[in-house]
Amino acid sequence: MGEIKSVRTPLTDEVVKSLRAGDAVEITGLIYTARDLAHKRLTESLQKGENLPFNIMGAVIYYVGPSPAKPGRVIGSCGPTTSYRMDVYTPSLLAAGLKGMIGKGNRSPEVIEALKRYCGVYFAAVGGAAALLAQRVRAARVVAYDDLGPEALQELEVENFPVIVVNDCYGADLYKEGVRRYKREG
Amino acid sequence: MRTIPFEKIRDTVARLCVEANCILGDDVISAFKKGLEMEESPTGKEILRQLLENQEIARKEMMPICQDTGWAVVWVEIGSGVRVEGGELYDAIQEGVAKGYTEGYLRKSIVSDPLRRKNTGNNTPAIIYTDIVPGDKLKIVVQPKGGGSENMSEVRMLSAADGAFGIKRFVIDRVERSQANPCPPVIVGVGIGGTFEKCAMLAKKALLREIGSTHPDPFYAEMEKELLDEINKLGIGPQGLGGRVTALAVFIEAFPCHIATMPCAVNINCHAQRHKTAIL
Repeated sequence: MGEIKSVRTPLTDEVVKSLRAGDAVEITGLIYTARDLAHKRLTESLQKGENLPFNIMGAVIYYVGPSPAKPGRVIGSCGPTTSYRMDVYTPSLLAAGLKGMIGKGNRSPEVIEALKRYCGVYFAAVGGAAALLAQRVRAARVVAYDDLGPEALQELEVENFPVIVVNDCYGADLYKEGVRRYKREG
Repeated sequence: MRTIPFEKIRDTVARLCVEANCILGDDVISAFKKGLEMEESPTGKEILRQLLENQEIARKEMMPICQDTGWAVVWVEIGSGVRVEGGELYDAIQEGVAKGYTEGYLRKSIVSDPLRRKNTGNNTPAIIYTDIVPGDKLKIVVQPKGGGSENMSEVRMLSAADGAFGIKRFVIDRVERSQANPCPPVIVGVGIGGTFEKCAMLAKKALLREIGSTHPDPFYAEMEKELLDEINKLGIGPQGLGGRVTALAVFIEAFPCHIATMPCAVNINCHAQRHKTAIL
């Protein structure tokens, strides 16, 4: 791993353009949790022309359903969930102003294309490193969809949240490049 | 006839749910350390370091290793000389899972219906497998199983003529298609033989083996080793970002087979191979 880049949310086009697949990044600022059902509701709101429950301009969404917080803690364990399930919803969110996503696992060609078109970035956090990642969360509050339990939309205040750039705004894909580099034939 | 109180079973299951989710087994920790020596990718090494640090924090704070605290899969061996006092065995297990997941601040990930998807609120029902064995002991193993890796699993009805080659090709192909999704480095459970559903159950049971153990049958021990070597040539690496350590272990469970069939199941586990055992 090379030097660690620090970024602050909301993300600007300039910041997104400075990030390349393979970069180690630490994110500081507000990010929003959303997974399957929250994505479905957000997309339905966009289709109906309603306001979203958070400001999506320059926002970063984290695909996570945290464990419940113990008394005295801000959040429970909170590692990323698998991203491909959100692929179908992502292009319309990028079109609406979303700039970044944190998850794990490959994205669809449509998402990679939308990242180029709308200048967005996809980060991976280490799947399962959920207790470690929880230590980088300073505050958490439910913003919407409280009825969804672990899938509620939450605003997290994070400090030096460690991620790796997988898909940058230039079309690069660290999953493909990394595996190609280490594959052995025969 | 020996009697075991309902409450004792319930409380044991609750404790096992919490411990399995917060305390990673020494065999898995050793496998991470060994992987760190083997890994060539700098990103892969950093990920393995994060996983080692993560399990330390989880153990110290009694926080879940992963936020996906899984389906509670419970394996029971009940001696024929055991009687449960004060209620039914399955009720004690279900109540224990509800208690463990609620009081232990574990995530409730189970919905009551696959299409209507309303959360049951206490992570029940557990999946329970029971064996009746001789003796007067009750053995309980709680194996929380995450959804991300479960989604990358598969059953295939191969033909007898496909042989060991067909099995190996299917297993390797299944891991290769999974890429980053099941949180590599993975542990691969393989069930061969039995019926359609039996081989899937065997693949899950295989995931209870200790990392570093070898199959008692040298034929299958060799096959496990070959599969692990081939999988680690795929280049998927930790978290699928490229590297040498794609799998920590491959475990096979074989069972007698019908002359017309050769079912094979692959059940993939993420790097957090979790299970805890109690004998009452």
